[in-house]
Amino acid sequence: MRNFIYVAPPSIEDAIGELRRGEARPLAGGTDLLPQLREGRRNADRIVDLKRIAELSAIRPLPDGGVAIGAAASATNVARHDVIAARYPAIAASARLLGSVQVQNRASLGGNVCNAAPSADVVPALICHQAYAHIAGASGGRRTPLEKLFAGPGRTVLQADEMLTALALAPVRQRSATTYLRFTPRREMDIAIAGVAVRIDLAEDRSIALARIALASVGPTPLRAMSAERLLLGKPLDRDLSLAAAGAAANDDARPISDTRASADYRRCLVEVLTRRALAACARTLNIALDLT
Amino acid sequence: MKMLLGCTINAQEHTVLVDPRDTLLELLRERIGLTGSKEGCGNGNCGTCTVLLDGAPVNACLVLALEVAGRDVVTIEGVARAGELHPIQSALVEAGGTQCGFCTPGIVLAAKALLDANAAPSEDDIRHAIAGNLCRCTGYGKIVDAIAIAATRMREG
Repeated sequence: MRNFIYVAPPSIEDAIGELRRGEARPLAGGTDLLPQLREGRRNADRIVDLKRIAELSAIRPLPDGGVAIGAAASATNVARHDVIAARYPAIAASARLLGSVQVQNRASLGGNVCNAAPSADVVPALICHQAYAHIAGASGGRRTPLEKLFAGPGRTVLQADEMLTALALAPVRQRSATTYLRFTPRREMDIAIAGVAVRIDLAEDRSIALARIALASVGPTPLRAMSAERLLLGKPLDRDLSLAAAGAAANDDARPISDTRASADYRRCLVEVLTRRALAACARTLNIALDLT
Repeated sequence: MKMLLGCTINAQEHTVLVDPRDTLLELLRERIGLTGSKEGCGNGNCGTCTVLLDGAPVNACLVLALEVAGRDVVTIEGVARAGELHPIQSALVEAGGTQCGFCTPGIVLAAKALLDANAAPSEDDIRHAIAGNLCRCTGYGKIVDAIAIAATRMREG
């Protein structure tokens, strides 16, 4: 490992100052960063530990009824948080999919986001909850919809002197359900070959008022399945809803490649099946039985 | 540039000079001389370096030594009390849950964290708690049995 300086600044302003000095990397849980440094896949001459900055590990309510998850909050703390567990169960469940218990005790949601793996398990549910990435930088703060943060595998649009500070979730409405499903060859400790998160909000007449579908591991970045979302919007969530059509549309929205873990065709099939199942799971949460044939 | 680090390891205060690149595992094994924590994969997949950091199981190979400043670390050397094995250790011996032994320190600490938080875990709870600990000998069955036996004994005092 290349030699580096370790600093643990007390504030976001100080952390930004450190990031501007040389080739610096923020450190939250380190579960991705440390192996990458050791294997030379990323380099740094300054490691900026964010865990001494209390607000970066906090999970706090927002004035609009949403919740802000500090970028360095651990997966375990997110999954165990009362409000996250009660109102954003798909995010709690996704946090429990990150590696092992040992990894979840260290890994942060912000780190899973900034590592920018197309397979990142916490990202699809965050996108379904309309998460905004709050970013601090030398030239001030900004925010961007989470799906616009990704530039490619392992790359974000963050500048070298910027850092993610929080993931701000939209308030959860009445009659809303979100589910993340992934396919892995092994049940635990595995990387998604494909993952699909679906969120459905119903209007009072039970028609679909909002549909969000986010896909993992089937493109260079996490993706929204926009045509599948459009197809669902306004339709009644009942037995007449064509799950097959929604699955096929999501299949079409996916942009997978073939690699050592699966072929592109297989991933497309998985997206189709997982979309149908996730829609049916959302419907079940909303007390509606859908025919999954 | 080496830095001075203060932390508690197995209820003992330590002040040591560390290289910023040292992992917690290197600190334990090479600077303190506690070689019970093993290095298997070195990237967080195998769990044999599992230690408790403020009571929570973590992979010591994925933590920088400097990150534990002021914090409390428990390694396998800190589990037995006055020469008496922890119930999890005794149960692993009795149930045949240890063979080559390389994964055992990590298994014991992952199981201890589980039982400290959940006195009556289901088999699924046990399997989930040790999912980050690879064992290439036992096939896990006897490890799961041992943790269940330990849980029963600890509940019954």
